[in-house]
Amino acid sequence: MLEILRAGIQTTVQDQGRSGFRHMGVAQAGALDAPAMWLANRLVNNAGTAAGLEVVAGPFEIRFMRDGWVALCGADFDATLDEQALVCGWRYPVKKGQKLRLRGPKSGTRVYLAFDGGIDVPVVMGSRSTDLKAGFGGHAGRALKKGDRLPLGVTYPLKNKLGTPQRQWTPEVRVLRGPEFDQFDEASRQSFFKQVWTVSPQSNRMGYRLQGTALHKSESADLLSHGVLPGVVQVPPNGQPIVLLADAQTTGGYPRIAVVIAADLWKLAQAPLGRQFCFVETDLEGAKAARKQWQNELYRFEWSLYGK
Amino acid sequence: MKNILPQTSVDFYLSGENAAVLYSRSPVDVDCQRRIWAIAQVITNEAICIDVVPGMNNLTLIFDPELQQGETLLARLKTLWELVEIEQFTPREVQIPVHYGGEYGPDLAAVAVHTGMSEQAVIAAHSQAEYRVYFLGFQPGFAYLGGLPSTLTTPRRTEPRLEVPAGSVGIGGQQTGIYPVTSPGGWQIIGRTDMRLFDLHRRVPSLLQSGDIVRFVPVDASEQNGDKHA
Repeated sequence: MLEILRAGIQTTVQDQGRSGFRHMGVAQAGALDAPAMWLANRLVNNAGTAAGLEVVAGPFEIRFMRDGWVALCGADFDATLDEQALVCGWRYPVKKGQKLRLRGPKSGTRVYLAFDGGIDVPVVMGSRSTDLKAGFGGHAGRALKKGDRLPLGVTYPLKNKLGTPQRQWTPEVRVLRGPEFDQFDEASRQSFFKQVWTVSPQSNRMGYRLQGTALHKSESADLLSHGVLPGVVQVPPNGQPIVLLADAQTTGGYPRIAVVIAADLWKLAQAPLGRQFCFVETDLEGAKAARKQWQNELYRFEWSLYGK
Repeated sequence: MKNILPQTSVDFYLSGENAAVLYSRSPVDVDCQRRIWAIAQVITNEAICIDVVPGMNNLTLIFDPELQQGETLLARLKTLWELVEIEQFTPREVQIPVHYGGEYGPDLAAVAVHTGMSEQAVIAAHSQAEYRVYFLGFQPGFAYLGGLPSTLTTPRRTEPRLEVPAGSVGIGGQQTGIYPVTSPGGWQIIGRTDMRLFDLHRRVPSLLQSGDIVRFVPVDASEQNGDKHA
């Protein structure tokens, strides 16, 4: 068990998300920086798909109610276990009664905590992720509150502290052209890639709203509602793009100017509000190479952890 | 019945790394949608995709790019678009009992005033029509229904409600629908059903599925006709 002493702004139980129910309007949910959640789980020898915590901002504090292990990945938070400073990207042994504290992020936005055995909340439609909008999954279908207690799964014997280098955030987000890219006028198509976009304060787990020079369509053909996915960059009539993220609705009707490649979606999850970045065009081959690179990093990481 | 819709009216394309899309540019009608439901059923049964998501006049297949080639799925969609017979899709029929008016339908009077009909006539028109679930989206279990009689078209409320109870049946413009969960909403609420539109504990959580034929059945019609049994 874990007890939440201070819950921070928005702490939720998340795993790799839900699939197979989008035709019923059920969103994906899951860790916004899914690779970080995966790495944290693997550090404590959980399945990558196990559930952990996504913490957006402090002050956050938990008390361990059994001995075990904890790992942190994702944003670099000011973190301590009792008086001991913790480093992002490492796993640490914990004793019953010890308290883990997170203050603010030094860089990035979301930190992921994994516990050996995983957070053992009920599986809902194939996932333990919290669907905040629909109010199910995770712990009671909501963000955590002070006093919540979370069950942990069975522990495994682990030996030493271990760590892995964290991925570097860069302000370039690679995208593929979206189905409606050509419907935007020439100036908008160029400015989409040339201008610097700013993450608006009206951003959340459903989507990141961007601020910049408005984009315009040259055709005014109306779109009918269609399936949308995390990564889709849609442009509503005000011309300011929205990048859909894990909690996005399953259908939408705005033109899709671009789609963020899977390998770069975590960069948005870790971009603080107000952060500036650019979109860089790539193609399916580029997207595939990026996926492959991440796979190779994972293999290296697995080998360094458990291969010797 | 083969090839009644020319290929030129439909686009097949990839969206991102993991979505294959069929998008018909023909006007929205039930026959086009039946074809989409039929294709969705075939693909779902083949279990070759992660998600099969019908939209309005379109179908999105979500796949794992490590296991599937997008181009292969597009080819499959093209073949099915030509081969599938719309009769292949057998819709289910779902009856939804509705308490119209009163505390359950606070906007029934407003709809009656706007449409120039009596409340009884609004109930009769709404419950005698046959609706189709075009697709689901927006919220878990929320069905986009086609088939609202044009005489019942009523604009949304100028002031949306902060809380519309789950099961509320409303009219918003040319659409009618049921709120699956208690949520804010701007539709004119004319009634409520006790049926659970979305229930995690059912094997299939959503009551309604794309392609379903839906009928609203007034509950306790005798009382609503004024025949109170004193």
